[in-house]
Amino acid sequence: MNAEIRPVKTAAEIGLADLFAAARSDLPGGSSTEAVRSDAFDRFAAQGLPHSRVEAWKYTDLRRLVRDAKPLASRPDAAAKSAAGGAGAVFAGLDVRRLMIVDGAFVPELSDLAALEAGVAIRATVEALGAEEMPLPFGMAGTDPVAALNTALAGDGVVITVAADVVVERPIHLVFVTTSAAPAAMFTRSRLELGSRASLTLVETHEGPDRSDYQVNAALQVDVGDKASLDHIKITGEGAAALHVATLEASVGAGANYREFGFTTGGAVVRNQLFLRIAGQGTVANVHQASLLSGRQHVDTTLVIDHAAAGSQSREVFKAVVDDEARAVFQGRITVQPGAQQTDARMMARALLLSDEAVANCKPELEIFADDVQCGHGTTTGALDDQLKFYLMARGIPEKEAEALLIQAFVGEVIDAVVRDDLREALSQTMFAWLKGRE
Amino acid sequence: MTALLEIRGLKAEIDGRQILNGLDLTVNKGEIHAIMGPNGAGKSTLSYVLSGKPGYEITGGEVFFNGEDLLAMGPDERAAKGLFLAFQYPLEIPGVATLTFLRTALNAQRKKRGEEELSSPDVLKRVRELAKQLSIDPEMLKRPLNVGFSGGEKKRNETLQMALLEPKLCVLDETDSGLDIDALRIVADGVNRLRAADRGMIVITHYQRLLDYIVPDVVHVLSAGRIVKTGGKELALELEATGYAQYQSEAA
Ligand SMILES: Nc1ncnc2c1ncn2[C@@H]1O[C@H](COP(=O)(O)OP(=O)(O)O)[C@@H](O)[C@H]1O
Ligand SMILES: [Mg+2]
Repeated sequence: MNAEIRPVKTAAEIGLADLFAAARSDLPGGSSTEAVRSDAFDRFAAQGLPHSRVEAWKYTDLRRLVRDAKPLASRPDAAAKSAAGGAGAVFAGLDVRRLMIVDGAFVPELSDLAALEAGVAIRATVEALGAEEMPLPFGMAGTDPVAALNTALAGDGVVITVAADVVVERPIHLVFVTTSAAPAAMFTRSRLELGSRASLTLVETHEGPDRSDYQVNAALQVDVGDKASLDHIKITGEGAAALHVATLEASVGAGANYREFGFTTGGAVVRNQLFLRIAGQGTVANVHQASLLSGRQHVDTTLVIDHAAAGSQSREVFKAVVDDEARAVFQGRITVQPGAQQTDARMMARALLLSDEAVANCKPELEIFADDVQCGHGTTTGALDDQLKFYLMARGIPEKEAEALLIQAFVGEVIDAVVRDDLREALSQTMFAWLKGRE
Repeated sequence: MTALLEIRGLKAEIDGRQILNGLDLTVNKGEIHAIMGPNGAGKSTLSYVLSGKPGYEITGGEVFFNGEDLLAMGPDERAAKGLFLAFQYPLEIPGVATLTFLRTALNAQRKKRGEEELSSPDVLKRVRELAKQLSIDPEMLKRPLNVGFSGGEKKRNETLQMALLEPKLCVLDETDSGLDIDALRIVADGVNRLRAADRGMIVITHYQRLLDYIVPDVVHVLSAGRIVKTGGKELALELEATGYAQYQSEAA
């Protein structure tokens, strides 16, 4: 007998291995891509689904939370395409370029590809991979098992390139929607290359039916050129039973302005992991995240930010409003490399617990290898302030409304970080809708 | 005629400690009552119990507000019925703009009373007028409620809220504390403008000074959770001269 102890594979892990074996020959990409994929799957298989003894996944035990693997979603048929029509309603009425990703596949005929700005190119991931023009491997996220799984199984997505000096006024909205009632798995990979001095607002929304326990593994790789400006806004509004794991890997050049904003209200189990490298000097990067959770939602936001160049500034603000038996997880690690002097990095995580059963786990870390830096972090967890609530009620404001006002004030600080008025207003409306749902 | 406020034998505890010990007080419409007393007598406790702050246990007595059982109502309901407490220590609420707060409060009360809600411009217009009367910088209305306000600004802001909400009964808890003489005048003028035949006021203060500006009809001494003496406005002057020592010993 073999004396080596191997962890027993879970049903989901076995299912994923079967899935990869069956799908690998049909996945997009040439032979070099195929080699990358099988390499990535081997890396995943060696680790299995992450569990609580894996430090980076301490609070989100996917071995326990993911019971089975779902079959890969089939490409959307006419019915699916027509069902997808109303998706992305959060930003309905705003002048944005909608790109539809239905059941994991980019659907050009549902997307607004007319009058593309000069210097902007948009195409499907399948196309870019087919032409062997899209690298799949991750950098910072390379060792993460869920990212590896994405590399192995990535089907479709969108590749956007913006040439140097092009200022794109109209935001691009990636509308990810799951339509199939039968639970399926979707592995998407998208990519954004923003040239030097270019400017773009990229919005992502993710949604799907409440009744289906579908699984999404979405990844986005971003390359922000020197002196470029990127606003990236992601709304995770998945269906109530969905699993959503997402990897964002961004590399930001010198003198750039990068604003990352995340807003999560949906999904049963959500992991948003962000790997951010400040690769050039004098860059300003802000990461703001807000989660509004209820029921038994489990939402994990994990950020790794690597200051690899001197004189950059980063601000990270995380806020979670947690009701019922929901759980919010926040892990943040700021690393300052030896050469990254004059780094100014600050991280704050605050959770507002609205019920006795609500839980927040916060784990901020600093890893500093330079001596002339300003870094700090803080966390707070607490209930609504009864004194403040009484003050509002003593002025005639009913209890639920008083709570809503205080919650709004708590989340407002994060939403205020969204620069564009129209998008900020739409996000406020999403927050109000969530608050209304509590009444 | 039904009294505006009628308190009979009120007893209240907090954290197992009895603070109000059988308090009686009747306030009629149009009257201003001053309540004076040593620190720790239970003045703020009375104001909190009247406005419905959680944490107090009522262990005896009754309170009627326009003939209705006040103690059965929630704090928001009491406010909508016309009870207003100007806090001794107004709270700071980061993230809630003062104007938003004022509009929300006014419209919540109107809605509860079955009145039509006012539009934002209408509220703004009324608030602006009142702010001017109270020498409040209109820019302050955009700032988060009381955040970074000076002591005097907070008290003026309380007075502004009171004037906007037009309550039936105003309870002012040490509105004079932390005010210099100019601010005191502004606040007192604001309060005096609210004097009306159908409105009553309870002015809680430790010092007689405020009562030079807001002249009461009746003065009570509160000590160890009870009204121990009642008189006319000359009682306040008497207290100023003698201090509270005799009442403290009485209570002991
Ligand atoms: N939470 C509490 N627990 C116990 N005692 C309290 C509490 N709050 C106030 N007290 C006590 O109640 C008494 C009356 O307080 P208060 O009403 O604030 O007096 P005043 O306003 O007349 O100065 C004081 O002795 C004070 O220490
Ligand atoms: Mg007091």
